[in-house]
Amino acid sequence: MTDILIHLLLVFLMPPLLLGIIGKTKAWFAGRVGAPFLQPYYDIARLLRKGSVFSITTTWVFRAGPVVTLVSTLFASLLIPFGRHGAPISFEGDLILFAYLFALGRFFTTTAALDTGSSFEGMGAAREVTFSCLAEPALFFAFITLARLSGTMSLTPMMNHLSSSVWLMAGAALLLMMGGLFVVLLAENCRIPFDDPTTHLELTMIHEVMVLDHSGPLFGLILYGAAIKLFVLGALFVNVVAPFSTGSPLADWGLFILCMTLLAVVIGIVESVMARLRLVRIPQLLVAATIMTAFSLVLVLR
Amino acid sequence: MSSSILNPASAIIATTALIAFSGLAGLLIRPATFGQKFAAAIGIPASAVGFCSAVLMLVRQQHAGYVIDWSLPFGVCEIGLDPLSSFFLLPVFLVTFCGTLYGLGYWPATHHRTTAPGMTFFYGLLPAAMAMVVMARNGALLLIAWEIMALSAFFLLIMEHSDHEVRKAGTVYLLTTHTGTAALIVLFSLLHATTGSFLFPVQGSLVVTGQTATLIFLLALFGFGAKAGIMPMHFWLPSAHANAPSHASAMMSGVMLKMGIYGILRFLTFCPHKPLWWGGLLIVAGILSALLGICFAAVQTDIKRLLAYSSIENIGIITTGMGMTMIGEATATPSLILLGLSGALLHVLNHSLFKPLLFFGAGGIIHNTGTRIVSRMGGLAREMRTSALFFFVGAVAICGLPPLNGFAGEFLLYIGFFREAHAPIPVMVLGVPALALVGGMATIAFVKLYGTVYLGTPRSREAAHPHELSLGMLIPMGLLAFLCIVGGLVPTLFLALVQPVIAMLVPSALSGAKLPASINLFPLFGAGLMAAAGIVWLLIKKNLNVRKVAADSTWGCGYRAPTPRMQYTGAAFSEFWAGLTRGLSRCLTQKPTPEGIAPKAGPFIYTPEETILERIINPLLEVAGIGCAFVRRLQHGQLHIYMLYIFITLTLLITWVR
Repeated sequence: MTDILIHLLLVFLMPPLLLGIIGKTKAWFAGRVGAPFLQPYYDIARLLRKGSVFSITTTWVFRAGPVVTLVSTLFASLLIPFGRHGAPISFEGDLILFAYLFALGRFFTTTAALDTGSSFEGMGAAREVTFSCLAEPALFFAFITLARLSGTMSLTPMMNHLSSSVWLMAGAALLLMMGGLFVVLLAENCRIPFDDPTTHLELTMIHEVMVLDHSGPLFGLILYGAAIKLFVLGALFVNVVAPFSTGSPLADWGLFILCMTLLAVVIGIVESVMARLRLVRIPQLLVAATIMTAFSLVLVLR
Repeated sequence: MSSSILNPASAIIATTALIAFSGLAGLLIRPATFGQKFAAAIGIPASAVGFCSAVLMLVRQQHAGYVIDWSLPFGVCEIGLDPLSSFFLLPVFLVTFCGTLYGLGYWPATHHRTTAPGMTFFYGLLPAAMAMVVMARNGALLLIAWEIMALSAFFLLIMEHSDHEVRKAGTVYLLTTHTGTAALIVLFSLLHATTGSFLFPVQGSLVVTGQTATLIFLLALFGFGAKAGIMPMHFWLPSAHANAPSHASAMMSGVMLKMGIYGILRFLTFCPHKPLWWGGLLIVAGILSALLGICFAAVQTDIKRLLAYSSIENIGIITTGMGMTMIGEATATPSLILLGLSGALLHVLNHSLFKPLLFFGAGGIIHNTGTRIVSRMGGLAREMRTSALFFFVGAVAICGLPPLNGFAGEFLLYIGFFREAHAPIPVMVLGVPALALVGGMATIAFVKLYGTVYLGTPRSREAAHPHELSLGMLIPMGLLAFLCIVGGLVPTLFLALVQPVIAMLVPSALSGAKLPASINLFPLFGAGLMAAAGIVWLLIKKNLNVRKVAADSTWGCGYRAPTPRMQYTGAAFSEFWAGLTRGLSRCLTQKPTPEGIAPKAGPFIYTPEETILERIINPLLEVAGIGCAFVRRLQHGQLHIYMLYIFITLTLLITWVR
């Protein structure tokens, strides 16, 4: 019960912190002081208290977009284990629901973008659906490899099966899968090198341009939902990369939080040292990620 | 066989007969409005009764059989009902119910004085023929019903035959369906040679081996698969479904394609032993149809062609499930049999809910805008609120997204593939990323469709003043949308209809394996998702009520005078994906080359090509046409000589047989 409470608390409270850490890391690389760690919390709280402007072309879809995206991401967070602790909900095939909940959110985000009738948002939506279409097989190949390694079809036992001994046994496969999953993580969350969340040129954006017209509380929900998505997919990555157990439940929570913090730093470093890829290169990298995760499956066939 | 008149089986036969002849009065009696209303007054209650009876038969796992001794040469006429037949009767009656009601508003006799009687007649004859197809227990009877079905669909399709495009689609359809029927005639002749009768062999009693087995399987796959639209026999489908009136497209896409699936399933019940490669071939064909079908769908610019290609995808998913079942049977893996068959049958049911819904929606759009090109539409949702909502439900459902019914069927197939991850060489597991890719492409196709048609601002004058559909058209759409939600929230309800079919086809599967228990969690999870979204929605609404909310034009990044022409079009939306799949989905683009300092406006034409038809079939037919030029001399339009041909052929055949 306490574990479920901690799980929920982490899902609700920690995600914006990751964005703060990424921002701080990037500031440190650039030699700036940067915004405080808690800046994303202030932003979201501020947005929730603001007024809104709605385009006269929009319908209910525009308002439903952020709401459904947030809720489906939250439900996906209930399926993913955090560190050594199991997920609150776990059943055979939950990984399929996990992937499809993100797809549901995507459907609503992209239709909400098209609702404005702006060509910029149309561009963003077209890119989003195209890239995620290529990222999806990579994620599923990773799941297949994990299913084969663990002999189960549910995220919690699948993740808890991983340990340092599994890494020793199938290290090469897991390494490839790690690479693939990291690409998926960055692409799905629209981080550099796939998308630049801080760019000011609408023509090159993906996620930010889709939400150009959202303002006030709805934009707050979008920011919050995006942070949770980063957190949930980050947790999936951390579970694969750092399957360590300390033996004590409490220390395991601490270890998980530490790993997530480190992941945010790593993403911050990647964003600091890399430039955004040209749009035409992105599909190539995503296909490469799919092939990497497919290789990981081939490597565990023995 | 029950002696009572009032049992569901006889109710089904009676309603089938009623529906078949419901349009007859309209052909004879004027005015046409009376005939149409009369047919609806018979057809709608009859199909409702038929649907309920079929559900009853299915749940009770009831079998029934009737024998009519007639004097035709191919023996007694036997019709029967078993769970497999009853199951395929569900979409027949459901879509007849919805389509007849919808047709009153969509094709009113007051506006279509000349075509309405024919339309009404064939709209009754087509479902009745399909009901006959699934009830026939005799190869010859099945072929007769099959031919009535194919021809009724043809006449529905060419209803607007003054259009060249429609006639062309009709010709392609007619040629393909008859090629398929030819294969079926050979198939049933071979069966006749083996069993000595045109009656269907008893389940699992057809013992054929070697080349005969291979031949009859391939014939069945070709003959029934051509009707189902399995790739590469799909090429007739997009133009046929696009050019038929929308409620006819709904019937063809939602139900008639499933007759091909029924045929394959029925044929498979005959064979006790199915080689592994049969299942392998089906699964490969299924995955290929799903992937290519939706890939082509994503780049279409014609709303109904897009829906038609998506039908190919869905048929592909169903075929994949059937292939999984057969591989399960060949390798004695009960879980594969159960999950494959449940997934396939559940998807049959699901697709016959959301596809007619989407075609009805498309009909309403075409009604309003007078065009099928999505890039000329836009902003329809603001006037057509209710139909836009129903269409939205259909679009989410067809993408296989939770918590709607499309997800439930695909979920079972995913589990089936995933359970194979532990096989020594897990080739089957490759179905998982394939399904994931299909899901991703479906999202491209349907976000594009809903977004460019219903959202944004009108892109042409025709789309500027839409009006909401009449109640008679909204009710069937609403009913189907409601069923999509029910099927997603409580998939066990639909699975209860699937279970008896599995019990009949492969009884061992139900005892050997279980469906994932997680299917029971769907109601909880789906309701939770909807409730949570509702709560957040209310909170935001409450929040916005106390804030300053303004309405303004869309942010144009500083540009204050955006025009509707600046919006992303459907072709632009999918262009990114089309660019990645250039080798598969060819799109012809014509654009003017800009000349001078101030180039003039010019047309931009974007036409996705039907690759297989235009690159393979048409060139082949052209060569055949040159080779067979001499045969054309036999065709001169003189009826009495044609009758002479028939007489000579018959005489020769009879002499030959004797």
